This record gives sequence, C-alpha cells and structure tokens, in this order.
Amino acid sequence: MTHAVLDPTLAPPFPEGALPVLRNPQLRKNVAHAMDVIQAKRAKLVAEKTDWPELRSAASAIRAHALENLGYYLEQFEARCTAAGGQVHWAADATEAREIILGLLRQENATEVIKIKTMTSAEIQLNPFLQAAGVGVFETDLAEIILQLGDEEPSHIVVPALHINRGQVREIFARQMGLKDLSDAPHALTDAARTYLRQKFLTVPTAISGANFLIAETGGVAVVESEGNGRMCLTLPRTMITVAGIEKVLPRYEDLEVMLQVLARSATGERMNPYTSLWTGVTPGDGPQRFHVVLLDNGRSRMLKRPVERQTLKCIRCAACMNSCPVYRQTGGHAYGSVYPGPIGAILTPQLMQLQHAKSLPYASSLCGACYEVCPVKINIPEVLLELRAQVTDNERRQTVRFLDPLYLGLRVANLVFSRAWLFHLAQRVARIGLRLFTQKDGWIHSLPFIGAKWTQTRDLRGLPRQTFREWWTARAKEAK
Amino acid sequence: MRTSLFITCYNDTLFPETGRAVVALLERLGVELDFHSKQTCCGQMHANTGFRGEAFSQAKRFVQLYRDAETVVIPSSSCVAMIRDQYPGLFEEMGNASIREDYKALLPRVYELSEFLLDRLGIEDVGAYFPHRVTYHASCHGLRALQLGDRPYRLLAKVRGLDLAPLANVDRCCGFGGTFSIKNAEVSSAMLAAKLQDVVSTAAEYCTALDNSCLMHLGGAMHRQYAGMKTIHMAQILASTEDLPAEAFA
Repeated sequence: MTHAVLDPTLAPPFPEGALPVLRNPQLRKNVAHAMDVIQAKRAKLVAEKTDWPELRSAASAIRAHALENLGYYLEQFEARCTAAGGQVHWAADATEAREIILGLLRQENATEVIKIKTMTSAEIQLNPFLQAAGVGVFETDLAEIILQLGDEEPSHIVVPALHINRGQVREIFARQMGLKDLSDAPHALTDAARTYLRQKFLTVPTAISGANFLIAETGGVAVVESEGNGRMCLTLPRTMITVAGIEKVLPRYEDLEVMLQVLARSATGERMNPYTSLWTGVTPGDGPQRFHVVLLDNGRSRMLKRPVERQTLKCIRCAACMNSCPVYRQTGGHAYGSVYPGPIGAILTPQLMQLQHAKSLPYASSLCGACYEVCPVKINIPEVLLELRAQVTDNERRQTVRFLDPLYLGLRVANLVFSRAWLFHLAQRVARIGLRLFTQKDGWIHSLPFIGAKWTQTRDLRGLPRQTFREWWTARAKEAK
Repeated sequence: MRTSLFITCYNDTLFPETGRAVVALLERLGVELDFHSKQTCCGQMHANTGFRGEAFSQAKRFVQLYRDAETVVIPSSSCVAMIRDQYPGLFEEMGNASIREDYKALLPRVYELSEFLLDRLGIEDVGAYFPHRVTYHASCHGLRALQLGDRPYRLLAKVRGLDLAPLANVDRCCGFGGTFSIKNAEVSSAMLAAKLQDVVSTAAEYCTALDNSCLMHLGGAMHRQYAGMKTIHMAQILASTEDLPAEAFA
C-alpha cells in the first residue's frame, strides 16, 4: 500500500491523490461497502425519529448561536472549568498547541501517554511531534491502534481504518505485537488488542483526549465513543490533557440533549452511542487529579469572521457528509490530503490552511448536495465550496501564468460570447464547423484534443447538430409568415 | 396562456431536439410560446467554477431579458436551480436595489418544465404515447435543489405504453458536475461507471431526465461502451404521440 500523505502542505492535488484508489478495486469495494452499511443504519434511525427536521433545526440553531457568541461562551467555559479545578490554556496555532502539551507532559515527567481518539490532535500532528520529543504515544481507540501500529493514515473521521481489512489487521497485530500465530478471527484480534491495551491502561499515568463538546455552563467536557477505551483513559490516569478546537463549545448542559441525539444517529446510525463521558474539572479521589484543556484556534477565528464560511465551524464531526458523498465513495479519504476528508474536509482544510495549499479541494465535488441534505447541523457545504472556488479564482486569475490556462481562457471567452446574442450565435456556428473535424461518420466525437481530451478519455460526445434551436425557431417563424 | 422559453445555452447548441419537443408539447397543450432571441446562458458554468463577476453579469442579463415575461419555462433543472439558489447571493453582493426587486418579482414566474406542466398548467396527463421501457434519472438539482419530488413520476405514469423501470440508487450523482467532469475527470468517470451500472441493469431502452447535462454524461458513456441504451430528455417523451413519435424531433 502506498503511504498516504495527510499534510495539506505536502499532499498532491485531489485529482492526483485520487488515482491510486481509483485503481484499487479492493479498496473501493471496502469503502463502498462501509458507506452502504453506515448509510443504511443512519437512514433507518433518522426515519424512526418523527421530529428529525425539528431536531436538526434545533442542533443547527444551537451551534449557530454558540458561534455567534463564541467569545462569551469561551470565557464562561474557562471560568467554570478553572473553578472546578481544571486549567485552561489558549493556543493560537498548531505549533503553540504542541508546545503547550509537551510542556505539560514535561511538568508531569511523562515519558509515555495514552490517547482517546481525537481529530484535533491529528490536525496539529501531535503524535509525530511528541515521539520526536521522546514521548511514547499510544492510541487506545481500536481503529487508531491499527493505524498507529500499521503506520497508516486515517481515511475517515469516525471509522478511520475502514480502508484496512481484517487480514491486514491480523498482519499488523502479528508483526507489531509479536504474535506470529494470531488468527484473523474477530475475537482473536479483539483479544490481542485488549491484552495490548490493558498493559498501557495500567502503566501509563497520563492521557490526552479531544472533546466532542465543551460545555460553557458547567466548564465540562463531553466525549462520545463506542468501545469504552476512552472511559478507561478517563478513570485510570493521574493527569488528563484535553485538546479541543475553540468552536466545540455549547452554551448549556441541556444542549447535549439535542446534540447527542443527532450525533449518534448521524455518525454511526445508533440511537445512543455506547459510551458518553462527561467530566468537569477534578474530583478528589475519582479520576485524573490534574486536568488541562488546550483551546486551539488554528485559523478558526479567521473563519468565524466570514459570514458564509463561518458555518463550517458548526460541524460536530459526525461524518454523515462523507458517508453520503458520491465522490468520497469512489476516492476514500486519503485523496483529500488532510486528516479531514470528504465534503467537510473539502471546505475545512482549505480554510485552516488559508487556501494556498489544498486549493484543489473546493473543486473535489460535483455539487450534488447530498452532504447538505444529511448534515445534522445544516452546513450548506455546496454554498461554502462555491465561495471558496470564487476565492481560488479571484487569486489565480491575477497570475499571468493563468492567462493562457485553457480553462481560464475558455471561461473568459465564454463570458464574452454569452454577453451578446449575435456573438453567441456566431460562436455556435464556429463550434459546429470546428468540431466537424473531430466528428466521426456516426455523428459522434470519440476524441478531442487539449482540455477536451479530459471529456473524451471516457465518454463520447455527440457532434453538433446541423441546426441550433434558435435557427430552427427563426426558420419556423419565417415559414409561418 | 403565454410563456417564454429559456432554452439554455447548451440545449440550444447541443440538444435542439429537446427545444423542438418542448414547443410541440406546450403548443399541443394550448400554450403560446415566445422565444427571446437575445437569450444566452444563465451563468451556472461561471458561478460553479468560481467566476462570480461573470456569473453576475449573466444573471443580470437573464433577469433584464425576462423581467416582463408572464412566465418562463426552462427544460433544465440545473439552470433553474442556478436561478433560484445562486442568483440571490450574486445580486446581494454585486447588484443594486432595482435588479434585486426585478429578480424577486420574476422568480415565482420561473418554472422548470415538470413544474410548469403540473404546478402552472395543472396537467398530469399530457396525452403522450411512448411505447418503450424507460428509467428515470433524478438529477441532483431536480431532486435536491428544486425538490421535484414525484412530479416526473406522475408525468411518466400517464404516458401510454411507457414501462417505467425503477432505478437503484436514484439519489446518487452521475458524476457530471459541470467543469468537475473536466477538472476531476478520473473521479467523475468512476462515479459515471457506478451510475451506468445501475442504469444499464434496469434493462430499459431509454434513460430519461429533466436535465440534458446528466444525459450528455450518461449518453456519452453509453455510446462509448456500446451499451445498447439511449438517453432522451423527458420533454421528448412527453411530446411524442402516435402520430408524432419521438424520432420526429430528433
């Protein structure tokens, strides 16, 4: 398997990144199958909820309200969390967040750390940084263990190892855990993971988590998971460090009533996720006795200022958009060159990276709208994609190298042509004559040069008819007279 | 009743038979048609590729041309979706009060073809005869942006002789997406291959839709692969009768 690059500054453009997957039938089958299973479960559980549209509206309104008053709620969160015995740290970017976390680990004299699955730590590329600093990092979410031991990259935000099949898991575990007789039976693989994990849980006193939600009212943190390994990280260690994007805040405790319902149904097609953990500061004699929250900006305040793009921050990371996406279905996650794949990644990554990297991502969509339809917090992803495309175009069209770029040239000419009917009519006739060169005896075009080859590499194009509609209409009107 | 036909730039150039069918169909139903000779494009191609200034000038042009029309009928769901979903943002950003008012007044009079037949004319049985097995591709813009719902199925159900074959994964995109099919040609082709598999397995003779852009994509692949199946815009099905079969418009 080729190693995926999930650093947007290094990853190839999307069309190129997609190629290895498009040529891998097994991988495409795995992805399509996983998407079918999750989508069917989601559809069933959404259908049974008669108030789904209202729930969705409520979830969207809660998230929008939190973002509109983000400063207020973040300060409230900090005050309440601190009052409950936690410590809040503010990180402007990924570098700061990594340094803060490493500093905290040094304070603890920690040489090892266990982790609850967190996308935010992947965003700031925390694991390689800590390892380079001499800290042993151990993921505890089963899929994350598979990725970590197999030196693989996540291809989905909820089921990150969906591109790896059971046989490959067996191979990874056998190699990395020294179990050469391991079978690929699910219970054998689970047993191996359990044995590996238990030892970490019992010996590593420091843990890192993300947060599904931060609750301003209580200063608490909520994490949802399916395996209970996160719960172990929340009970055994002495110290817990939570890293969370600043947008994760919810105003009130009772907002969870809405958010947890839409999250579980949208993400895994469950009525309630198996483990929901809530913790607030520290409680003497129960759980970690030192608790830190690192609040990460990393481009989010900039996004917040822009009215269209702001909605991206409503995201609760359920992945329903990628599960429903016909593009993701074909390419899987690695093509997006970011830890955030799929439609949400296509809008989030370019914004976190300020567009100069990842500028192919806003175009990695046919704008079919399936993502918007399923989004539990009503992020109009196509609208944001279009906004980002306009920004890419506005930047690129000023560059002289783009002057002769066939797409830019074509669209500039098209605009001129569409601005005058006579010019349009003339262009139609010119195209008709020009395309005759490429039209076969059967009246179809099988091969076009230049940019047209992108079309004819897999599809034919019917040659232009002898008469346009407007010519027919004019002729008919003349005849009638 | 009068209506103005906005044929759309690509139907005009590539699919005039769809326009001829719309004319035959609507005139048969007693509708008087105008064709504004100055019409060109709705601006979708530019808007979807990020050329917002250009999209705005075409949007403005459209509204100014049709400001006084009683109604406008458009046989392309994606162009109608452009007018409904993207014009407001363009006019908000670049337009003035007068264009915004004209647009607001015009919008309720702009119809996609199936909307025009059912919502404006109130006709479900257009008197068509098309003795073929047909499957319906619900293009994304018709399905999600316009929320056409059961309109196309109601129209097809009343076509005499037509055998409607249900299409699996009817809500899944064919992979066209305008310039997406060029910029991401390989991914677009993979989506097309998956869609074609569903379409061909219906064993229908024709795949129909209310949008020739999806049909150009699907039809281009069918032709390339000798798939033994053709695409046809729904206007051509609805226009055909015993006396004037679909071939008459081709």
